[in-house]
Amino acid sequence: MSAAIEIHDLRKSYGKHEAVAGISLTIERGEIYAILGPNGAGKTTTVEILEGFRERDSGTVKVLDSDPGALGIHGSAWRNRIGIVLQSNSDAAELTVAETVHHFSHYYSKPKDPDSIIALVGLSEKRDARIRTLSGGQRRRLDVALGIVGSPEILFLDEPTTGFDPEARRAFWELILALKAEGTTILLTTHYLDEAEALADRVAVINAGKIIEIATPATLGGRHLAKATISWQEDGRVQRMISENPTRDVIELAARFTGEIPELIVTRPSLEDIYLTMIEGQK
Amino acid sequence: MNTLRIGFLRGNIEIKQFLRQKESVVFTLFFPLLLLVIFGSVFTQTIAPGVKLSQYFISGMIASGLINSGFQQLAINIPTERDNGALKRLRGTPMSPISFFIGKIILVFLTMLIQVFILLLVGGLFFHIRIPTESTIWLRFIWLVVLGSACSTVLGVAMAGIIKSGRGAPAVVTPIVLVLQFISGVFFQYDSLPSWMKQLAAIFPLKWLTQGMRSVFLPNSFAIREVAHSWELGRIALVLVAWLVAGTFLASRSFKWSRQ
Repeated sequence: MSAAIEIHDLRKSYGKHEAVAGISLTIERGEIYAILGPNGAGKTTTVEILEGFRERDSGTVKVLDSDPGALGIHGSAWRNRIGIVLQSNSDAAELTVAETVHHFSHYYSKPKDPDSIIALVGLSEKRDARIRTLSGGQRRRLDVALGIVGSPEILFLDEPTTGFDPEARRAFWELILALKAEGTTILLTTHYLDEAEALADRVAVINAGKIIEIATPATLGGRHLAKATISWQEDGRVQRMISENPTRDVIELAARFTGEIPELIVTRPSLEDIYLTMIEGQK
Repeated sequence: MNTLRIGFLRGNIEIKQFLRQKESVVFTLFFPLLLLVIFGSVFTQTIAPGVKLSQYFISGMIASGLINSGFQQLAINIPTERDNGALKRLRGTPMSPISFFIGKIILVFLTMLIQVFILLLVGGLFFHIRIPTESTIWLRFIWLVVLGSACSTVLGVAMAGIIKSGRGAPAVVTPIVLVLQFISGVFFQYDSLPSWMKQLAAIFPLKWLTQGMRSVFLPNSFAIREVAHSWELGRIALVLVAWLVAGTFLASRSFKWSRQ
């Protein structure tokens, strides 16, 4: 089976500003793929080209074997197979959650049961509430419900958890992992590195319209090879040591103390540290 | 078939949303009623044996009702839905654009029917508006309403494509409608207007629609007072069809699902 999404040398400019400056990537079926990057890096432009909302200047794009920029009369059949969660909306304020999800389910040829989707996103208690009364996080979960009610093969999520409290984010992550378990391919853009780390099989870091690196969250920027930092308390102050072999060094250190090493911490650079270094390196 | 079925589902959703927004209900349905009450109370003088001036103005009120429910409503409602992301969300689903427009047509048609019904009912009961009884007049009334609404609807969609933001839409649309009402014989008697104003009004559909409605609500003897000394029903149909075609073309060119 061919890849879910294939992009080659994608370019898009707004006037003189080159928002996407030659991006190539392949997303396999069933994969959760995260695009990371600062504001204005070209994430949303790229995703909106894949969703068929924007035209590109050049390059080739295939989403489920179709070119989203040249769908013609096949557009409806293609959209039947994808789900889109856009950035912030405030539409349908006067409809209820249940009315909206039920209504959208009619658009698709193989919809999921709307009520079980409402339950899945945790809005059962709000099913008869008007949408304008929902909190930001509830509203976002409704957006996701509308994106998945048609049983999409590919789900696009553009900054899905902006404005969520930590508990809602964890619940949302579980939902996304459940969709992946069903075989859904998911393309996620996010600012949150912990989100990419928790969900993504692979991440692409983009900045100024170009890909800096594509890797798994664990190996991004050589993170798995990076040296560890060991810190502890000795002689009345915090001691630090950069180590290539932290296990050996901790054992040696342990020999100097009777019992516990005071305030021992062993850290490796977080995904965020790596990411920030990569973005800084671009400037 | 599915396109039609989803179109009717869209119509249901459109009507629900309309009825739940109190401002739009008041604006679309009760504003014409308010005008009727004012006009009906002020213009009580007799313009011919058994014909009150209010009989003249009900024609303009009903023609305006068609402009309100189609042009004015859609030219505000569609840019608002474009701004709040509703249109973009729909564009990302397999829903056919035809279903979307069937939904809008249902919305326009229902609000139009309610307006016309309220105007005729309240006018007939409280302001001695004489409702026609002859079937030929009713037939004429029906084609005027259908053609007028269709024209008003496509021009509303075309206007929505030109207007930049939903918030700014009422400020653009309301003055256009108001000026057309002043120069087309809705608020003043058309034959009392200066000729340049009449000529200007004759470009736009509201003048012709109002004239057509006069042929429905005034006795045939009033035809002689029109500019051409007749109701000009053929020309009315021609002008409305021309605007319908032009409006459909403009609407198909200007319609946008998202802001950029």
